[in-house]
Amino acid sequence: MTGDGGWLIRGVTIPGRDETATSILIAGGSVTAIGPDLDHPGARTLDAGGLIALPGLVDLHTHLREPGREDAETVETGTAAAALGGYTAVHAMANTDPVADTAGVVEQVWRLGRTAGHCDVQPVGAVTVGLAGVRLAELGTMADSAARVRVFSDDGRCVSDPLLMRRALEYVKAFDGVIAQHAQDPRLTEGAQLNEGEMSARLGLAGWPAVAEEAIIARDCLLAAHVGSALHVCHVSTAGSAEIIRWAKSKGWRVTAEVTPHHLLLTDELAAGYDPVFKVNPPLRTEADVAELRRALADGTIDCVATDHAPHPVEAKESEWAEAAFGMTGLETALRVVQRAMVETGLLDWAGVADRMSVRPARIGRLTGHGHPLTPGAPGHLTLYDPAAPAEAVTPAGASKSRNTPFAGMELPGRVVATFLRGVPAVLDGKLA
Amino acid sequence: MKRHLISAADLSRGDAVLILDTAEELASLADRPIKKLPTLRGRTVVNLFYEDSTRTRISFEAAAKRLSADVINFSAKGSSVAKGESLKDTALTLEAMGADAVIIRHGASGAAHRLADWVRGSVLNAGDGTHEHPTQALLDAFTIRRRLRGTAAAGARGAGLDGLRVTIVGDVLHSRVARSNVLLLSTLGAEVTLAAPPTLLPLAVGSWPCAVSYDLDSELSKSDVVMMLRVQQERMNAAYFPSVREYSRRYGLDAARMARLPGHAIVMHPGPMNRGVEIAAEVADSVRSTIVEQVANGVTTRMAVLYLLLGGTEFPATGEAR
Repeated sequence: MTGDGGWLIRGVTIPGRDETATSILIAGGSVTAIGPDLDHPGARTLDAGGLIALPGLVDLHTHLREPGREDAETVETGTAAAALGGYTAVHAMANTDPVADTAGVVEQVWRLGRTAGHCDVQPVGAVTVGLAGVRLAELGTMADSAARVRVFSDDGRCVSDPLLMRRALEYVKAFDGVIAQHAQDPRLTEGAQLNEGEMSARLGLAGWPAVAEEAIIARDCLLAAHVGSALHVCHVSTAGSAEIIRWAKSKGWRVTAEVTPHHLLLTDELAAGYDPVFKVNPPLRTEADVAELRRALADGTIDCVATDHAPHPVEAKESEWAEAAFGMTGLETALRVVQRAMVETGLLDWAGVADRMSVRPARIGRLTGHGHPLTPGAPGHLTLYDPAAPAEAVTPAGASKSRNTPFAGMELPGRVVATFLRGVPAVLDGKLA
Repeated sequence: MKRHLISAADLSRGDAVLILDTAEELASLADRPIKKLPTLRGRTVVNLFYEDSTRTRISFEAAAKRLSADVINFSAKGSSVAKGESLKDTALTLEAMGADAVIIRHGASGAAHRLADWVRGSVLNAGDGTHEHPTQALLDAFTIRRRLRGTAAAGARGAGLDGLRVTIVGDVLHSRVARSNVLLLSTLGAEVTLAAPPTLLPLAVGSWPCAVSYDLDSELSKSDVVMMLRVQQERMNAAYFPSVREYSRRYGLDAARMARLPGHAIVMHPGPMNRGVEIAAEVADSVRSTIVEQVANGVTTRMAVLYLLLGGTEFPATGEAR
């Protein structure tokens, strides 16, 4: 590897700092100096004129599919996709096969991440055994394992039993854990296919009401307040959900939330052609929801962007809508989508993007080694991004094993140029290093 | 006309009137001793049925055969579909066999739309899940026009359904017949009202080109047409209504309700009926009922659709240019 002499990144802009076109020196795995006239004999130089440097992005919500569905994704391919998207850490969701509900499985995923080396992999543990929503998984044992699990989620399924949810929230207080809830009332969404509204009525697809998400979020905020624990709300998709979270935060309750890139850009109108590439859980909502989610991310009600990268093999999507799998890939396009949805609209500046895609998700995920603003002494995780790269059509072919991107063919701005993990490039010139 | 018929929204008013007028011409053939026309000779029409629906399948089969097309019936049961073949692979198989048209009945909304992505021939939607059933709407429009505006001979050629008030009653939420009829009948100028319990209407029904009522009784005296939808008795298990008896009391068409219709009003049902639930036997068998006519009109309307979509040769019977 080339890290020995370090890297001198010249001419870069660090959002949130006054000077433009400065230099960053990375050596020994850390940012060692920032300033206009740096020099460091032996360091390799990277001309980063016109680029911005963000602290390495952190994804709170990634499906790496391994173990069990290596046909859709592996830790190797998923983390490669993450690095190409500018991520230096991802949280691997627990709905694998076997489910990540024991110390053994979370340690396996953690080790696979270390071996792959494209970015850090922080396993998420299941809340309940087998995601079945009946018995708590051994949360403490996963917390104490080599994987040091702090985020627990049955994502893909909702912890719908209120008593079980209360106990989970309460129990993880012992080790500063957080329950990341997939908010979906199962009874209100039996057979549901598409946001309940004009499109579902017209297309004859069973409606997925906003209230199925909002009712669970409201309940869980109250439960988190009652037991004084930390709740994280996965993939918020409706205007009403944002409003409830804003209210819970105003009370001082420990509630955080994420929104996906696709819910910031796409609407249920796209289902008109019944192409299941637009089928996702929670479903794409309306223009009004998109507008409100953007506002909520801008004002901090929603803390962060999380991809919910959900790879599926071709055959899982080449079918009738109702037969098809839920989910979209997102790691390789997230930052470009956020530029389109948040930066070009003036809702968020690049310092805000660094906060919502690195600092805050790392804090929510208790990843102490990530999400540090770029200052001397910070870990050497950073992403170099060219926001001025002309908009190019997204191609489905990337590092991910799967091709189910809803953005295929869509022209998106920007380009991830390089990703550094512990001072070593994982991506250089837009390619895996 | 578009190449496929997937939604009633695919049809302009001109398209729809052309289909009805063509069906009128074809109807005149039905009275002849030899009912068959050579216009689709050598063309292959596939009936791809994933749901049991003998009445719709034989209606399309009769229509295609009367136009001299070769008909292949492909039923999901006992075929490779039962072994788990995907819709796409089935589509590619039909494509390889050179199907000029595929008539598809499927339990999933959007199946016809998906199929059209994978085959070159015309796709006719014969009912997809809870989405649409456009030829049912066409045969209903044809039936309404004949009964209330007269036959072509009586001057109905070129006419729409302007000003006619049509009340569609029952399980709109799950009904592909209702969706297609709302679209087509409004395109043809009719004023459509949906009468149903709120649980059986889509939440966003306000965006549809129709009025909505929860009270059937208040609609009867102003209806020229009452169209009853089949209600599945299992719906009460999902709390759409408390009991079949209560549903029938509030939304069933019995003799007393029928008596409050205007004298000229007709009663329709796409079949199969639940006698005693949404429609009383004496109503189904009354002179106002068009239920048997609808079946006969189904064949002629589907002939017209196949003829127009596949661009058959002229009818030797009329020789008119079109």
